Amino acid sequence: MEKTSIIEIWVGVFVAIGLGALFLLAMQVSNLTEFRDHNEGYVLTAEFQNIGNLKVRSPVKLAGVKIGKVAAIRLDTDNYQAVVEMRIQPQYRLPDDSIASIYTAGLLGEQYIAIDAGGSPDYLADGDSFEITQLALVLEELVGKFLVNASEKSGTAKR
Amino acid sequence: MLTLLQRLGGVSLGAFAKLGRANLFLLQALSGSLEFLLRPRLLIRQIYMVGVLSILLISLSGLFVGMVLGLQGYNVLSDFGAEESLGVMVAASLVRELGPVVTALLFSGRAGSALTAEIGLMKATEQLSGMEMMAVDPMRRVITPRFFAGILSMPLLAALFTYIGIYGGYLVGVPMLGVDEGAFWSQMQSTIDFREDIVNGVIKSLVFGVIVTWIAVFEGYDAVPTSEGVSRATTRSVVYSAFAILGSDFILTALMFGD
Repeated sequence: MEKTSIIEIWVGVFVAIGLGALFLLAMQVSNLTEFRDHNEGYVLTAEFQNIGNLKVRSPVKLAGVKIGKVAAIRLDTDNYQAVVEMRIQPQYRLPDDSIASIYTAGLLGEQYIAIDAGGSPDYLADGDSFEITQLALVLEELVGKFLVNASEKSGTAKR
Repeated sequence: MLTLLQRLGGVSLGAFAKLGRANLFLLQALSGSLEFLLRPRLLIRQIYMVGVLSILLISLSGLFVGMVLGLQGYNVLSDFGAEESLGVMVAASLVRELGPVVTALLFSGRAGSALTAEIGLMKATEQLSGMEMMAVDPMRRVITPRFFAGILSMPLLAALFTYIGIYGGYLVGVPMLGVDEGAFWSQMQSTIDFREDIVNGVIKSLVFGVIVTWIAVFEGYDAVPTSEGVSRATTRSVVYSAFAILGSDFILTALMFGD
């Protein structure tokens, strides 16, 4: 009788340790803590000519502070622009003349949406869209432009 | 030529027959599952044998695997000036792959072989037929509790392994090699997704638990009841488990992360 109760205690300890490890994994290692505000906040849309490598769940930042994330990306087949839906946390309100642009973190890092806050007294509400957007800088295009410029310059210099 | 063909046919028929026996065996073991819920003592005793006694092995292995990952990852990542991504690397590789797979391999060596040997010896010493004589169904009394103990223990052990591994990576990365602590955890948290990574890792470990315990228990039950037969069954149990784990891991990974 004594022995079985010791075994039961150990099994209890084992199950507690295992579940505890799972709990710690969920809370400390994964983004579950962010999950709570998954459906909170309001949705803003922005149209971009080119979104580069932007993905769903990419961060939306204002002055470098994360204020939301990209919720969905789709293509507007009428004018061939990318429509990005982003979910902004409710405590942040943005003036309606703010500018959304796509930047890259570091030279090769992930891309994110940076918001430049405007000065308008009116705020963007749920479902509104940004008037002014700035497309992603695609590295290949930049290199291409640079090469074209360089060859044009060398051509005029020869003449 | 004909004898060669005959042998080939014999081997494949034998393999199919064994597969069929294994499936029938699984059905029989599962059919006893309702009854043993009424007698949880048997299950608890088996969880002690299978799970609790593996804790030390699993924790130590996890610690060392995580520490090695931290060291190796740091060496490679520091070449690119990306030491802060160490947390992501350690956590992603442990949560998605190494946690479930290495735990399952260790588990098959630690617990699976013991299950096979125990059941095989019970068969060789005619304890199983003795139970039948006493109108005790050995399936329900012996097999089903062991089967479920393995399935329940595996995910818990894998979670323990993964968490301790990540902590080992942290110990090497942050205090020893001087990676920034905040970046270590925050990059990890922003990259590891609960649904995509952790839940899939748990599903993997559950599947491995079923595979390892099924193979171990079946090989024991199917063993030739001699001492040599039992030793062969034990070897087969570990070898087949390793193959099955690695093969099914590829399939599961392709299904889960392959898009």
